[in-house]
Amino acid sequence: MDVLACVKRVPMVGGRITLTEDGQEVDTRMSGFTVSPHEECAVEEAVQITEREGGTVTVLTLGPPEAEAQLRDMLALGAGRAILLETGPEEWGPQSTAAAIAAAARATGPYDLLLFGNEAADTGGYQVPVRVAHELGLPCVTGIKTLEVTGDGVVAAREYRGRQERFGLPRPAVISVKEGINLPRYPSLPGRLRAKRATVERLVPDARPDGLRKTMLTVPARENRRAEILGTGPEAVPALVALLDELGVLP
Amino acid sequence: MTVLCLTELEPDGGTVTDASLRALAFSRSLAGPAGEDVAAAVLDAPDAALAGEARAALAAAGVRTAHVADLGEAAGYAPLAWARALAELATTALATTGPASAVVAAGTDHGQEVLAHLGAITGLPMAANCLTAARGDGGQWQLTRQRWAGSLTEEAVLDGDPALLTVATDAVAPAPAETPAELAVAPFRPSLADGDLTVRATVSAERGGGVSLATARVVVGGGRGVGGPDGFGPLEELAGLLGGALGVSRVVTSQGWRPHRQQVGQTGTRITPELYLACGISGAIQHMAGCLSARTIVVVNTDPDAPILAHAQYAVIGDLGQVIPALVEAVRARQNPVR
Repeated sequence: MDVLACVKRVPMVGGRITLTEDGQEVDTRMSGFTVSPHEECAVEEAVQITEREGGTVTVLTLGPPEAEAQLRDMLALGAGRAILLETGPEEWGPQSTAAAIAAAARATGPYDLLLFGNEAADTGGYQVPVRVAHELGLPCVTGIKTLEVTGDGVVAAREYRGRQERFGLPRPAVISVKEGINLPRYPSLPGRLRAKRATVERLVPDARPDGLRKTMLTVPARENRRAEILGTGPEAVPALVALLDELGVLP
Repeated sequence: MTVLCLTELEPDGGTVTDASLRALAFSRSLAGPAGEDVAAAVLDAPDAALAGEARAALAAAGVRTAHVADLGEAAGYAPLAWARALAELATTALATTGPASAVVAAGTDHGQEVLAHLGAITGLPMAANCLTAARGDGGQWQLTRQRWAGSLTEEAVLDGDPALLTVATDAVAPAPAETPAELAVAPFRPSLADGDLTVRATVSAERGGGVSLATARVVVGGGRGVGGPDGFGPLEELAGLLGGALGVSRVVTSQGWRPHRQQVGQTGTRITPELYLACGISGAIQHMAGCLSARTIVVVNTDPDAPILAHAQYAVIGDLGQVIPALVEAVRARQNPVR
């Protein structure tokens, strides 16, 4: 089973998100970068599948040269091959990203399964996996929380409005997953050493225009609150009970 | 021209989903200024018939035409087939009112998935989780949309005729139109290719048992401050007493202390309770994206400078390991007063 897992390098954000002065990107001077959470789970799922079924995991990203660091993180989780579709610092939109990934999958495959995260943590476009599936003429389902490999296909399931939806797909197939499908492992020391030495293959993707173009980012204005302090420690409990009573949530 | 809105029904077949009512309200905001009509695409009506209750809800939402699909044997959720049906409606079946200027869906798993397929089929761009959209110059649309699950807003330009838009769940209220429309129901049978039904959902019965985190009236939250997998007992007990659900932060699920289905946040569940009592949670962006729709946020935290206090109305400064058991005791005492 040869699995392609696609990831995205995104800023690591903590308690606050700040923007660069020109409002074009998240200010990462005080933070760093990571792999989008759903996608880390896609890589973990790919590794678990090949541990059971045999085969290889190839991890791919489209991004600037620095995205090599995120590919090495994924190699440390157990991916065997890494491909960087190297771009400049500019942001690529969903249509151009999907076209580039589909072209790379054709050039470096074939793959039995293509795994993605459901949506990137930063841009939240919700469409690259589906567009890649159409470019490659493959069946596709998104938002998957359980995945089972069968004889010649996969059974994928997710929750929707309190019910479970199950889908059977023939392979090859494109699946996007959500965090919770598994618990990604911590990279082992041998894994990290192997990742450090591994070769990252580089390809230059063809750019094409995107129909959705960012002009500016802003931090939404929220009600500037300062929590009213009810008290300190267990002595605050009577005030807390009175508040819950006022909110009408006590039994 | 028409604004076409993918409209989903609850499994009872009579109720329009809350998310779809919001998408219809958003659709009206696009159609109104251009003097266009709103049309609904209903692809999951049982037996391809629209119940009276659903008709009334659509009319109240200002829908002039409800295109109700008869998918026959192919009934049920099939993302590619649904996208094919929308593509057909957007171009041909709306001949009476002209083609669609925009196709809108709720920002749900189904809405995002179907519109992504529609974008791929038509080669059009698609913008997810829009907050506002307005027609600009030269057939372009000016949008605002959510990034980082709402922690950032993007201003963007979208090409595409029609514009393909999903609506952020909290962008608009599910309010009815100022004046209800006279609704016409137009059944149609989409032309599907074989491959359009390769991916089809088999749906389980509704999950019983317990209060759903997404709809709970009270959520008691626990974060890193709980200290480990054994510390959640008092929080669960409190949630039980208040008829609510336990929710946790991402660090709790990534440590394996609690299952992921209890996670509140960008990569977990979005909650909308009357009260969110957040205990030992610092308030990372990723977590706040899931709980900012709570009516009242009350924090229990040892750190008076934790970022979450800037989002909360009330706070108790203290150790949740002391405060929560005392609160449980006080709530119990109120329930069963000693005579």
